[in-house]
Order: sequence, then C-alpha cells, then structure tokens
Amino acid sequence: MSQLSSKHVIGIEHLTVDDIQLILQTATQFKAIINRPIKKVPTLRDITIANLFFENSTRTRISFELAQKRLSADIINFSSSSSSVKKGETLLDTVNNILSMKVDMIVMRHASPGAAHYLSERIDAHIVNAGDGTHEHPTQALLDAYSMQEKMGDLKGKKIAIIGDIMHSRVALSNIFCLKKLGADVTLCGPSTLIPKHIEKLGVHISHNIDETLQWCDVANVLRIQLERQNTKYFPSLREYALYFGVNKQRLEKLKREIVIMHPGPINRGVEITSDVADSVHSIILDQVENGVAVRMAVMYLLVNKQQD
Amino acid sequence: MSDTILLNGNQIQLTIERLSREVIESINFQNTVIIGVQPRGVLLAEKVHQKILELTGNDIPFGKIDTTFHRDDFRRGKSLNAKVTEIDFHIEEKNVLLIDDVLYTGRTIRAAMDALLSFGRPLKIELLVLIDRRFNRELPIQPDFVGDVVDTIEKVDVEVQWAMNDNETNKVVFIKENN
Repeated sequence: MSQLSSKHVIGIEHLTVDDIQLILQTATQFKAIINRPIKKVPTLRDITIANLFFENSTRTRISFELAQKRLSADIINFSSSSSSVKKGETLLDTVNNILSMKVDMIVMRHASPGAAHYLSERIDAHIVNAGDGTHEHPTQALLDAYSMQEKMGDLKGKKIAIIGDIMHSRVALSNIFCLKKLGADVTLCGPSTLIPKHIEKLGVHISHNIDETLQWCDVANVLRIQLERQNTKYFPSLREYALYFGVNKQRLEKLKREIVIMHPGPINRGVEITSDVADSVHSIILDQVENGVAVRMAVMYLLVNKQQD
Repeated sequence: MSDTILLNGNQIQLTIERLSREVIESINFQNTVIIGVQPRGVLLAEKVHQKILELTGNDIPFGKIDTTFHRDDFRRGKSLNAKVTEIDFHIEEKNVLLIDDVLYTGRTIRAAMDALLSFGRPLKIELLVLIDRRFNRELPIQPDFVGDVVDTIEKVDVEVQWAMNDNETNKVVFIKENN
C-alpha cells in the first residue's frame, strides 16, 4: 500500500479504500510541512502542472496553486474567460495544445459532468478532477474526510449528515462515496425537491427533518444552495429555505450534545447556515481550507509517485 | 538467499557504547542536538541518545527527520512512503549529530541535510553511522563516527535488523540477492 491504484483522480467512486487511506496518511506529513517556517519541499521541481478552470473558483484554485507551489512544481493557470475557448476551440484541442508544451499533470474544473473522465481516456498526462459539473469533486471529499478524522479519529460508525442542496452538489456525491468507503453512517437531509430520486441506493439514509437529523449526527456538513445551477424553482423562497433547513444557533442549542459543523464554501450566510454558527468554536470550516492544501499536495505527490506499468 | 551475520547483538551493543563514548569526547553538550534519519536511523539514534544519557546524565534534544520529499531518486524506481518528521527545537546555530544505520551511496544523507536546512542553518552537521559501506559512495559524503566498515560488492545488501521484541536480538547481516 505505497502507491495509488490509478494514475488519475477523477472521482472517489473509483478510488479504493487503500487509496483513500494512503492519501490521508500522506496529507498528515504535508500538513506538518506547511506549518513550518519554510513551507516548501523540492519534490515536484521537474513537474509542470496546468490548472484548467473552465468554471469559476476561488478556494479550490488557490488551494491547488498553493499546494503546487509548496511542492515546487512549475504551474500554468488558465481560465476559460480569457482564452480561445471563447473562440470555439474544443476541450480536447485546448488540452492537447497545452500538453504539447510538455505538461505532466492537468488539474481541471469543468461545468460538464464526466469532462475529466473524457480527457483521461484520450490523453497521457495525470488528471486531477477539481469538480466536474454536478458529478464529483474528489479532493473536497478527501479534505472533508481528513478534517473529520483529525477532529474525531477513525470515521468507522460515525454519524455524518450532509444537509442542503444534494441534487446539484458534486461535493455531496464525492462525500457520500468517500464516507461510505471509510465506514461512516451517512444521512442526507434537505427538501425532497433537492434530493435526487434513488440516491438511497448508495447506502445512505434520507431525512426531510433538519431537527431530527441534527439530533442524530456527530458531524453536520452543510452545503451551499447552488442557485447558479437551479433553472427551476426548487423551493418557494430563500427565506423559507432558511426557516425549514437553515442551521442556526437556536437549532443547535436544542441538541443534547455538541456536533461538528462543516461547510465546503462559499457560504450563503443566513441561508443554509447563520453567521453565529459558521463562526462558532464548533465550526471547522477554516480547518477544512487549511487541510485542503495538505490533501491536494498528497494527491499530486502520490500521482507523480505512481509507477508506470 | 543466504544471510551472513556481520555483527551480533552483543557486538552491536559494544559498538553503540563505543560510538557514544566517542561522541561524548568530542561534543559540546550545551549546543548539540541528535537527529535520527527515518526510518531505521531513528532506532540507532534512540539507542545512542539513551546511552549518552546513561553515561553522562545529559538529555540531548532528540528529533527525527524524514527524507522522502527531498530525495533525488523520486520517480526512479521504488515508491516512497513518508514517515514523521519531528524536530521540536531550533537547530539554528546548533551542532547537529545526524544518525543513520547504514551509509551506502550517500544519497539519503544528502536528502537529510537538504531537509534539515529547511528548519534553519545549523552551525555544523556531523554524521554517525553504524555501518559504512565505503566503496559504494556516489556523493562526496563521509561519516565522522563509524561503528564498522564493510567492503562489499553492489549485489549484496547490508541490513541492520533491530529487535522488535524480547525474543529477537539486534544484528547486522549481509543479504545476498538472488539474481
């Protein structure tokens, strides 16, 4: 168990339990490194990585970029708004042009589910999926799992609630795969319009009652309402959503014990979570961000370390 | 595969004691730290640290360093699993006694020195090893304290096998690889 089973990280669905454990263990060493006075190691100094962001991102892009710099990789950044994609170039053409300049790894975010998988079948470089539409966001799930483990140890048997817009969330899907593989018990909670049909086949519980769910769980991972992906009305108003599904102080004060609060960001303050909860001592939202750099370092390090067959 | 024992448990014990006395003779206790190279150098370093404590009562600051992310053979063969680096003290302007079990090509020690420098600028780095395979060096690195010298051809592995429980004994062995 010293290398990954795949040369790409497209989704958690295709990683083995050993892969996930190896990434989380390696991330621990990288977290130590990014907390040193000299936060950098020379490991990937001969590797060139292209960050292709066809969709907007702040946290993930900065996190990947920092992780690459801490590993001493050379990086090029690309965002679709300022590129030839606007002139009608296809994804494969864009990527092949970049690869012909000798790039070893592609980190890509794209609005179409399956975009990373499509590329992985056609090109030779390592691919890291940084979010493909509503499909998967594997590094977010890994950093969430890392943050939970850091806070409460082994996740086997732990009760994790994922609350909010499950339907449009790639974070939810990756989290479900990751947490189930690590042996956690998962409940999805949200209005029935935002929970996909048949998702219970993944081995999760479904709830539409936020108070019961909060009472049950050890960790509440609260997701953002993705207004940009919602082209019909899934609930009457944001105010009504906040009333029935928002995580707020009054709800948490009714619980018998303290629970850990997570959110992948960006937060719609006052909608899915109130400021007093997001900024409270039970929230590990900023730890998630810090751990993101360490986990992404581990993923890229292990991909490069993967032997060619 | 045939193993030949080079040093048995008693001999290792004596060698560690001699090395510790040599270290005691030459170092300044106020300004010295001991750092073991992961994974197996740490086991030797613990024993030397313990022996110096027994002999002099000086509890020298003790740390561990992992070389994985600084190696030059990354992606050139074996895959590498990182171990813990633990240095809870400043090494700036200190004498660092770096300890590893076997000195072979010198590449691990080069990586260890590189890793060490990201913690600060030590005054001096000295190297203590149990076994020096002196004819296989690929870098200009020489030890300051040597337990035993071994001259071998490259096909032979020299391994320090530390006892992990009371039923085992420490030993240094030659392992001839079947090619």
